[in-house]
Amino acid sequence: MVQLDLLINAIVAGILLGGFYAAVSVGVTIAFGMLDIANIAAPAFILLGSYVAYIVNFYFGIDPILTGIVAMPLFFLLGMAAYRLYYFAFERRGEQAIQGLAFFFGLLFVGEVSLVLIFGVDYRFVTAAYIGPSFHIGIVEVPLRMLVPCVFSLIMVGLVQLYLSRSFIGRAILAVSQDPGALQLMAASPTRIKQIAFGISIATCSVAGSFLIIIQEVEPSIGRDYIGRIFAICVLGGMTSMPGMLIAAVLLGVVENITSTFYGPSWSPAVAFGLLLVTLAVRPSGLLGRQ
Amino acid sequence: MRNWVFWAVLVAVGLVFVVVSRLTIANDYFYFAGYVVLEYVVLATAWNILGGYTGYTNFGTGAFFAAGAYSSVVLFKLPPLLLATFNWTIPAMPLPVMIAVGGVVSGLIGLGTGYLTLRLRGVFFAIATLALSIVLQTLIVNWAFVGGSRGVFVIRPALAPLGGGYIQYLFSLMTLLAVIAVGIARSIERSRLGLGFHAIRDDELAAEAAGVPTLRLKLISTTISGALMGMAGAPLPYFVTYLTPTASFDLAYAVNSVAMPVIGGMTSWIGPVIGAILLGTLQQLGTVGFFLDLKLDPTFNLLIVGLLLIGFVIIAPNGIVGLVQSWLRRGEA
Repeated sequence: MVQLDLLINAIVAGILLGGFYAAVSVGVTIAFGMLDIANIAAPAFILLGSYVAYIVNFYFGIDPILTGIVAMPLFFLLGMAAYRLYYFAFERRGEQAIQGLAFFFGLLFVGEVSLVLIFGVDYRFVTAAYIGPSFHIGIVEVPLRMLVPCVFSLIMVGLVQLYLSRSFIGRAILAVSQDPGALQLMAASPTRIKQIAFGISIATCSVAGSFLIIIQEVEPSIGRDYIGRIFAICVLGGMTSMPGMLIAAVLLGVVENITSTFYGPSWSPAVAFGLLLVTLAVRPSGLLGRQ
Repeated sequence: MRNWVFWAVLVAVGLVFVVVSRLTIANDYFYFAGYVVLEYVVLATAWNILGGYTGYTNFGTGAFFAAGAYSSVVLFKLPPLLLATFNWTIPAMPLPVMIAVGGVVSGLIGLGTGYLTLRLRGVFFAIATLALSIVLQTLIVNWAFVGGSRGVFVIRPALAPLGGGYIQYLFSLMTLLAVIAVGIARSIERSRLGLGFHAIRDDELAAEAAGVPTLRLKLISTTISGALMGMAGAPLPYFVTYLTPTASFDLAYAVNSVAMPVIGGMTSWIGPVIGAILLGTLQQLGTVGFFLDLKLDPTFNLLIVGLLLIGFVIIAPNGIVGLVQSWLRRGEA
């Protein structure tokens, strides 16, 4: 018989973890799902966000999430610049497939190696009042360092969803994902819209990075563990749908946490990949996707 | 050049290379460095069979490579285990057998991954291979029989075949593997199989419509490519003698085996060979402080490889071979 309290705790912690995974995946859902840009370098941008939060926290003692939010415009510009480069080098020539992937792979690797050269391979962490304490509801333990990122993550995903469905540019982004040609006929430039969308996608990495360094200690190579997770969530969620992504993120968080509670944490990196493979093989359109 | 003539020339070149270097060079370091460069010739050529010819990106070279290495570890540990538990005596396996087994194991991994993901768009295959290394590494870390996360010691046999030290034997074997890989790559290039691969790379939909069995050809491509990577990895435990999951799944293998064909040129067999010899040698020289007596950190070397990869992919997508070709054409005009 499975111990019930362990199971309940694992599920609650998994839901909190899943909330955080949603923040990590929202950028790729925009870039890969909507713009068809397979940005496998996303973990490098997320780690960059973590290290920015780390530096500011270490020298000025400022809250990591605040840093993450304040740094968003910078990441937005960085994302726009990255898209410009990608557009001129690949999209314009119609050579997205293999060269574009190699480009992002190079970016991922250069990002990781640069962080190793600057910060070394030591684990870095931040300090904040909510890191450490936790409160109890009955037998369930809720660590604040998981709850705070989860809440802020849900707020961010909600705002992104609101922006995409209500604002003019947001709806233009959705239109680009459906039919770039038609958008051109409406006298809007798909490239400009895509540039803004990619900027947003990278801006979310700033906040996601600050969540990451709150939840766990960070060193440059942990970004790789997130590639499988991010894309598993993105595919399982149906590529373009934010609610689908949220459900997929929570599902992965719960399954991963149950696995690490009952079989040991060294097994949990394999869960995301297994989920990704099963999804690709059985239902490539994702949970909420159309068949 | 006819195919059998090419094979004959290739084998002759490999033979002369091994014999001459063993007769003239006594310094063991040459064989260590040469082994690594030749290993990259195999990996880059194998990558290019799928990446360059068929147009599907594989970021999981480390996984296929390490699967080969760990299948050798299993074969190395099997005879003592069987003797201890069942009292069966089987002889220790020679390295060429391990290389063949490593090839089969990694070939099957390639086939499996390909079967699950290649029916969809190519991007999914690339992402799956990227995550594949993480999963295989998780499996190895949790598998105590092959050393787990602590790693495993592999003892080299006291006597090396073919005379000389064991590193010379490994060097000769890796030369043979490089010859086989390059020979296979060029044979594919000139065959019906290669034509099918090229058709998929240029326009998969049109190829499918024209009656090219795309899924089957893609699976053949991933299997061959994966098998060659596994064969390159199989001798690794004997090369390093102490094998850890972090060292064998090193991202450097994946980056180098993507960067080398991209920088050399992906359209023909010679590109990956040029890229591997160039980048491999430069990294070796950089590490021992050949340039300005500056001993470069291997991490720093990798940063340069990554930057070169990005630079070439943006500015010269057809690599060095492409640059030379367009330069020659300009000379004619």
